[in-house]
Amino acid sequence: MEYACLFYVPEDASPGAEIYAECVAVAEEAHRAGAMVDARGLEDASSATTVRIRDGKRLLTDGPFAETKEALSGFFIFKCASLDEAIAWASKLPQSRYGSVEVRPVRAIDP
Amino acid sequence: MQSTLDSEQIDRLFRSQASRAVATLARIFNDLDRAEDAVQDAYAQALDRWPRYGLPENPAAWIVVSARNAAIDALRRERTADAKRQLLANLEALVHADTSFDGEAMDDRLAMIFAACHPALNEETRIALTLRFAAGLTVAEISSALLVPQPTVAQRLVRAKHKIKRARIAFAIPEVADLSERLHDVLRVIYLIFNEGYASWTHADLVRADLCEEALRLAELLGKLLPGQAEVSGLHALVLFHDARRATRVDESGEPVLLERQDRSLWDQRKIERGTSLLEGASWYGAGPYLLQAMIAREHATATTWEATNWRRILDCYESLIDRDPSPVVQLNRAVALAYAHGPELGLTVLDALGVRGVLAEYAPFFAARAELLRRVGRCTGARAAYSRAIELTESAAERRFLQRRLADLTSLESLTS
Repeated sequence: MEYACLFYVPEDASPGAEIYAECVAVAEEAHRAGAMVDARGLEDASSATTVRIRDGKRLLTDGPFAETKEALSGFFIFKCASLDEAIAWASKLPQSRYGSVEVRPVRAIDP
Repeated sequence: MQSTLDSEQIDRLFRSQASRAVATLARIFNDLDRAEDAVQDAYAQALDRWPRYGLPENPAAWIVVSARNAAIDALRRERTADAKRQLLANLEALVHADTSFDGEAMDDRLAMIFAACHPALNEETRIALTLRFAAGLTVAEISSALLVPQPTVAQRLVRAKHKIKRARIAFAIPEVADLSERLHDVLRVIYLIFNEGYASWTHADLVRADLCEEALRLAELLGKLLPGQAEVSGLHALVLFHDARRATRVDESGEPVLLERQDRSLWDQRKIERGTSLLEGASWYGAGPYLLQAMIAREHATATTWEATNWRRILDCYESLIDRDPSPVVQLNRAVALAYAHGPELGLTVLDALGVRGVLAEYAPFFAARAELLRRVGRCTGARAAYSRAIELTESAAERRFLQRRLADLTSLESLTS
């Protein structure tokens, strides 16, 4: 099995180098234990765009997804040159039709 | 050598050209802050050098090159990673002042407008960004134009710049497949800016000329960038026709004046002629709501009297408009055109059918239109109720006073006839 550990933090928290170093340490430890798959950080929520397709029309919202009746159920990571390309991929995902797809720039957490 | 240049002249000249330089550099950096910093550096240099050495032959090119050099210096001061090396290469490949320089920097400015109006930014942000970076207004000017406090405007811009940089909103002209949808976003922002100035329902003063002027300038610029494009010409003509009537839209006390009562001799014929020739030069390929609305506005603007208005042609345009945009507001306007083309009874029947569906239940103009039609067929009680509802719903003080006056007129009319 692979497990995703998703972290949620207060919106105004600005983690510094120590937090990052701690994350790297966990990644290294997990790697030594043969448990590491991948780790990514996300840019802050204000850089997010939420994509929904309704009646075949694409609706974009400036900001993170904010629907309390929907829950996180998975993710894709696409390599793109610009937000437009990422939005185009997000629009192909079926979840954009019955749920929401939040597009957020990714940062690597590298040892 | 022009030793008489003072800092105010430089400021004016610089500001008229600076938004092009910001657009060019923003496209390379994908970062508005960096672009602004570089152009700000060039401004400091202009203040220092222009009075001493005279005005450069091509100020626009001078600003781009000086800003480019400032950007190169700034990048070199930072650690040169691979990504920065690429940026430096792009910057170095940029135009030289002495070689051929695309005076309008069309693609850069167009790319800037598309980035500022990107649908991943919220609408308030798009308006602020467009006024700042496409129209070149300062934060203070945007604040007074939008009646929003300066810190709020500044905050919106900071947030937007951050999002553009982090999420990589591209400074690019969209692919053909996305162009018409994205162009629609751009036109919508320009139209919102115009309407914010022209028909502000939420503010006390009904016409704010500065925003109308900016929207006109932006439409003009977009028209230069995409000449003959149906919807671009349509929007440009539409704002010209509306703006031609600006002076007669409100009376001395700031109250709105019905189109019927406006003094047509005061309409700006130059703007009307310009709009008419734009429509004649527009391609029909890609025709949409802006072109159709412009055709409706042209009928009003070119009718010599209210009675001479060609309502059948206006009705035809509304029918085509409804095919593309069946929104309740368009249906309301169509019902009004129908009332003028074929009589108020028919107009009322269609209007009431719309009312039954409930979507216009909170919409002041619906009740105002209904009141006017009921008044025309002599159903005063109904008209009074409709005026009262419109008065309750409108958020504009001037509009409210206008409706109250119409209601009072009606009451005195009734007491005369009873």
